[in-house]
Amino acid sequence: MLRIKDLVKRYGKDEPVLKNLNLEVPGESVVAIIGASGAGKSTLLRCINRLVEPTSGSIDLNGTELTTLSGTGLRLARRRIGMIFQGFNLINRLTVMENVLSGRLGYVPTWRAVTRNFPQNDIDRAFQLMERVGIAHYANKRADELSGGERQRVGVVRALMQEPEILLADEPTASLDPKTSRQIMELLRALASELHLPVLINIHNVTEAKEYTQRIVGMRFGRIIFDGLPVDLTHDAMEEIYAGVPAEERGETGEADLQREAVS
Amino acid sequence: MTSSVEKPTGHRTWKKPSFIANPVVRWTVIIGVLAYVWWAITSLPFDWDRIEQGIPRAIRIFKGAFPPEFIRGELVIQGFLESIKIAIVSTLFGVLLSVPIAFAAASNVAPKWLYHIGRAIIIIARSFHPVIVAILFVKAVGFGPLAGILTLIFYSIGFVAKMLAERIEEIDWGQVEAIRAAGGATFITMLYAVIPQIMPRQIGLAIYQLDSNLRASAVVGIVGAGGIGSTLMNAFRRYDYDFALAITLCIIGVILISEAISGRIRRNIW
Amino acid sequence: MVTTSQHSGPDAIAHREWSRHTPKQRWLRFAMFGGIVLATVWSLSTINIIWPWLWDAPQQMGDLFGRMYPPSLDQWEMIAITLLETINIATIATFFAVFLSLPIALIAAQNTTPNKVTLWIGRFILVSSRSVNTIIWALLFVAIFGPGVMAGILAIIFRSIGFIGKLLGEAIEEIDRAPIEALEAVGASRFKILIYGVVPQVMPTFFAVSILRWDINLRESTVLGLVGAGGIGIVLQGAIDTFAWQTVATILLAIIVLVIIGEALAAWLRKKVI
Repeated sequence: MLRIKDLVKRYGKDEPVLKNLNLEVPGESVVAIIGASGAGKSTLLRCINRLVEPTSGSIDLNGTELTTLSGTGLRLARRRIGMIFQGFNLINRLTVMENVLSGRLGYVPTWRAVTRNFPQNDIDRAFQLMERVGIAHYANKRADELSGGERQRVGVVRALMQEPEILLADEPTASLDPKTSRQIMELLRALASELHLPVLINIHNVTEAKEYTQRIVGMRFGRIIFDGLPVDLTHDAMEEIYAGVPAEERGETGEADLQREAVS
Repeated sequence: MTSSVEKPTGHRTWKKPSFIANPVVRWTVIIGVLAYVWWAITSLPFDWDRIEQGIPRAIRIFKGAFPPEFIRGELVIQGFLESIKIAIVSTLFGVLLSVPIAFAAASNVAPKWLYHIGRAIIIIARSFHPVIVAILFVKAVGFGPLAGILTLIFYSIGFVAKMLAERIEEIDWGQVEAIRAAGGATFITMLYAVIPQIMPRQIGLAIYQLDSNLRASAVVGIVGAGGIGSTLMNAFRRYDYDFALAITLCIIGVILISEAISGRIRRNIW
Repeated sequence: MVTTSQHSGPDAIAHREWSRHTPKQRWLRFAMFGGIVLATVWSLSTINIIWPWLWDAPQQMGDLFGRMYPPSLDQWEMIAITLLETINIATIATFFAVFLSLPIALIAAQNTTPNKVTLWIGRFILVSSRSVNTIIWALLFVAIFGPGVMAGILAIIFRSIGFIGKLLGEAIEEIDRAPIEALEAVGASRFKILIYGVVPQVMPTFFAVSILRWDINLRESTVLGLVGAGGIGIVLQGAIDTFAWQTVATILLAIIVLVIIGEALAAWLRKKVI
């Protein structure tokens, strides 16, 4: 259970990016956060695992208050939160296996990390997860030799290696083509139910959000202005979330997108 | 519009626009530069007598230098071996010491106070020509290769740490974020997210620096810090110009070979 | 299923091994590390180091710096004059070296050299200039012309020609052929092609290399005096010989300031020009 209360994030003296934001994510649900760019989606996710320092408010994950942690405490909390990035953020020059095992860096002692000598349990788990997403045969390939979709699978497996209690995905499909992007969304949904894991996905593609998630949170100017089931996301609600944003940037991909995909 | 090309309606002048648009600034710069050059040249103690005397002396030196004398080859080989040893040891320690200094001097990974210390070390190491450093070390630890090694360690830090710090500042920060998000401690994050990104540059720099230290070791020897430079200086002091020329030719040969090798290795790595 | 069920059954799949490197890679790495270690051990064990001197070094260095404090301004006039002389040596020498290296760069570049013989002459000049260090050139010129600024300027010119000529020659070899072809099509002569086609393309490199070399020459000029070739090095040598360590400290500080200002000026010029 993730509980966010009165979260404020302000850079310098500017207008806050997040304004007294409240959000609860109970176990096992896949939640999509939508909104125009600059609405504060990415900042919200990064506040949760403290890649961005929140200005005030509280974030509680299964009984641990995250905003006050520092040092070792923060690291121990971070390893319970898996994160998937838009740009994959893999260590390009290392092998796929090393990238996957880097998800265990919050657990293993320093000497194991230095010598790349990970516990056999971790290696077994890595192979199982890689087989589950179909990249096990790439284990000894360098990460930068893979295609975009394969790299994001590595990113997903790395996050799952942490045995997380929640998964954060920051625009996981934005760097991918439409077909691969659907495969990754499908994978995230399946893994969430297999592992009983709550997943919080920032996404700009509203069509995908409606299709693959059970709950949609709409943000605008640092506030949550919609929170409900995909079917309740009416035309009016969309108007409110994206007011003033040109239609082609709203990420409403319908027939036109599928046609484009067929052509390419 | 096209008709104006065929029937010019009046003369339009064209001049290449000047390098500095403002004429006042332009002429100030030009006059300033000319005045400086004039002053600098006229203020030189330029003495035709000395040049006149110099020409026969030059002829004598070159006559004395030809043919180069390779008979005392053993001395040359010993000198080179010492230079190579100095270069190897100083490169190894110089590169190892450069890594922490480079991390300290990279603004994206080091805290502010450490950054200033790191930068200060690099600036000081870069400001002094190795010969000056060598003189000080010779005074402190005496003549010989030890002074040369210490000098070149210092010299290596100035270059390697600077280039490495610049590379660290250019890394893809997303990879650091990813390891942080997985709960990696600071040291582990550096090891997994930064080191792989800077490794090719680090190896290239080490090879370059080995080459560079070999060259420099020929120079610091002149002030007594060991190696082939000391052999050369001794020959020069004894007016053994033929032997000095032989040593110089050997230095040129070794430098060319070392440059070719290091160039090839670096091309293969980069 | 992701949760492990494989360990339960009797026919459970065995653990899969993973290690960072294949055996061949591992041996290669061992060999490389071994090579480095061997080279270092060989160097350290056979080199003529008197180890007690090394253990003594920190104390000696501390002692030296102790005697340098506080820096003394006794000889400030001499320092200021020679500092100016140092700048002049670097600037004048760079100035001449730039002009002298232009024709050499042209004949040392494959696409602008008149014929094979000139190409090799050009390359020979560049290599011999580059391979002899400024200090060694300075030794030679001091032997010929006697101590003084003259020897220093010549030494720096002779060393800089190789540096500037090489980088400029490479820039000439890398120019875009297309504009040259266009000029040939217009019917321009070789010289006109040079002026209109080659020069504009290598201009940025030319300025960048000249500024860079000036910056390097400024550093080199600070040590010329140690072999008698003028500049602040003469005062430094004198102060060291007379154990005037407080004056040495002042000179060292002056050199740092000079070099930092020089580097800042060079960086500013580079941004302005390019």
